[in-house]
Amino acid sequence: MTPEVTQQLLDAAYIVATVLFILAIKWLSSPVSARRGVLAGEIAAALAVGATLCNPELVAYKWVIITLILGAAVGIPLGLVHMTAVPQRTALSHAFGALSAALIGIAEFYVKAPNVPRFGMAEIGLEVIIGSLTFTGSLIAAGKLQEILPQRPIVYRGQNLVSLSVLSAALLLAIALVVNPANTILFPIMVVVALVFGVLLVTPIGGADMPTVISLLNSYAGFSAALLGFVLNSKVLVVAGALDGSSGFILSVIMCKAMNRSFTNVMFGAFGQVQAGAAAAAEERTVRSASPEEAAGILAAANSVVIVPGYGMAVAQAQHKVRELYDVLTKKGVAVKFGIHPVAGRMPGHMNVLLAEADIPYERLVEMEEINSDMPQTDVALIIGANDVTNPAARTDASSPIYGMPILDVDKARTVMVIKRSMNPGFAGIENPLYYLDKTLMLFGDAKNFVGSIVRELAGGHS
Amino acid sequence: MFILAGFVGFELIKRVSPLLHTPLMSLTNALDAIVVVAAIIIAGRQESPLATVLGAIAVAASFSNMVGGFVITDRMLRMFKTGQPKKS
Repeated sequence: MTPEVTQQLLDAAYIVATVLFILAIKWLSSPVSARRGVLAGEIAAALAVGATLCNPELVAYKWVIITLILGAAVGIPLGLVHMTAVPQRTALSHAFGALSAALIGIAEFYVKAPNVPRFGMAEIGLEVIIGSLTFTGSLIAAGKLQEILPQRPIVYRGQNLVSLSVLSAALLLAIALVVNPANTILFPIMVVVALVFGVLLVTPIGGADMPTVISLLNSYAGFSAALLGFVLNSKVLVVAGALDGSSGFILSVIMCKAMNRSFTNVMFGAFGQVQAGAAAAAEERTVRSASPEEAAGILAAANSVVIVPGYGMAVAQAQHKVRELYDVLTKKGVAVKFGIHPVAGRMPGHMNVLLAEADIPYERLVEMEEINSDMPQTDVALIIGANDVTNPAARTDASSPIYGMPILDVDKARTVMVIKRSMNPGFAGIENPLYYLDKTLMLFGDAKNFVGSIVRELAGGHS
Repeated sequence: MFILAGFVGFELIKRVSPLLHTPLMSLTNALDAIVVVAAIIIAGRQESPLATVLGAIAVAASFSNMVGGFVITDRMLRMFKTGQPKKS
């Protein structure tokens, strides 16, 4: 084949791959066609990688083959992690993706240096900064999710000023490089500064804000890939990066809305700092608590039950017990649904995946807005390890730090039961008035054990 | 191109139900790993030892994402079942 023909075939393969990528996302819109989407993505990826291996520019295959095998050897176990580990796996894969994009940008710089054209330098500079900060930021996020690092926000005075100065320093270095690309010594400094900024960006963020952070890092990783596409003049990279970037962006916006935070608030990393001040106002109020036997009795007498899962269910690994509860209640003719808040858990859609893992049919997983209109007709709302997303203060108390955040209106159900380990306020340190309502019963205990006891009670005696 | 792709992505992703947000993220991650293509070229062109080393690390990092991303997305999606017993 002549080089022209080869090049045309390569281009054609990339175009097909690009189209398949778009179809993959399109098919993912419904659970029915979603697996076809994965297949389309796989074919596209195989096509693009295969075509690239045929690229005549390649002269040495040894390292390419070795690292491809190495990548698969690392990737397959990472694809087989337990579903509860999905958030940290996702953060880790953002880190890998960003690392890869940053390294390619760096390599591209040194291949061309010191004669990098100015426009190219601007692209490379921006790409490498975003890639580097996403790499370290995602590593910190993964560390927090894996609980290697403390989940609570680490804050100090003047934090935003320090973080912003570091970011500005990285950008100024990039600008200096654009002005004079021959000044190559600035490049590694810029990389290090960007890496430091990634750490500063994520350390102040608490566990409860992880869904937003993960989405944001996802979007950064995507945009760095898209920028890399510009640097290398590769359309398939631009498209894949733009898809990933806009997906992360939309998810971040959804997460922000679901927590009533402004997007700028998140962009500057100034979050996770919800002040614990509101908790101070808590006076002694009484709560009613109940035993598993009483809870089972109330559930058995109900016609409709809405279960609201939260991060506590994930921590206690209670999803399989919840499924048993779902089974036994359904058998008794109780209509059971699950109310899913967009930010429940540690990443977007976290609860859905856990409940799906436990074999709960997905039609039973209902989004917030829809379930809220059912709430007034619901006999029992059973809250398992969720807190702030059910706090009615978000609707009523303008002084509450979460005021305005959309919540699941569990307080409108006839009876509310809350499985919780203790009366400690949740992650954000906000008192939840829900627990003091007359219709609320507190079920103190570990989510898994408590749900297990209810199931035993329901399945045991009088069925 | 970027704006077009961003726009198409925006329209498509807005329609993905929140039910599938986690698989969405892992799938887009796998697609994003297409940077492996650029990494392969950098690693295989043998322009300088530095570029080869950086490219090789990038190949491993992004290919692990690609493989792992597809594996886990498929595993997740297989778990999403309807209440009707038959219909795989």
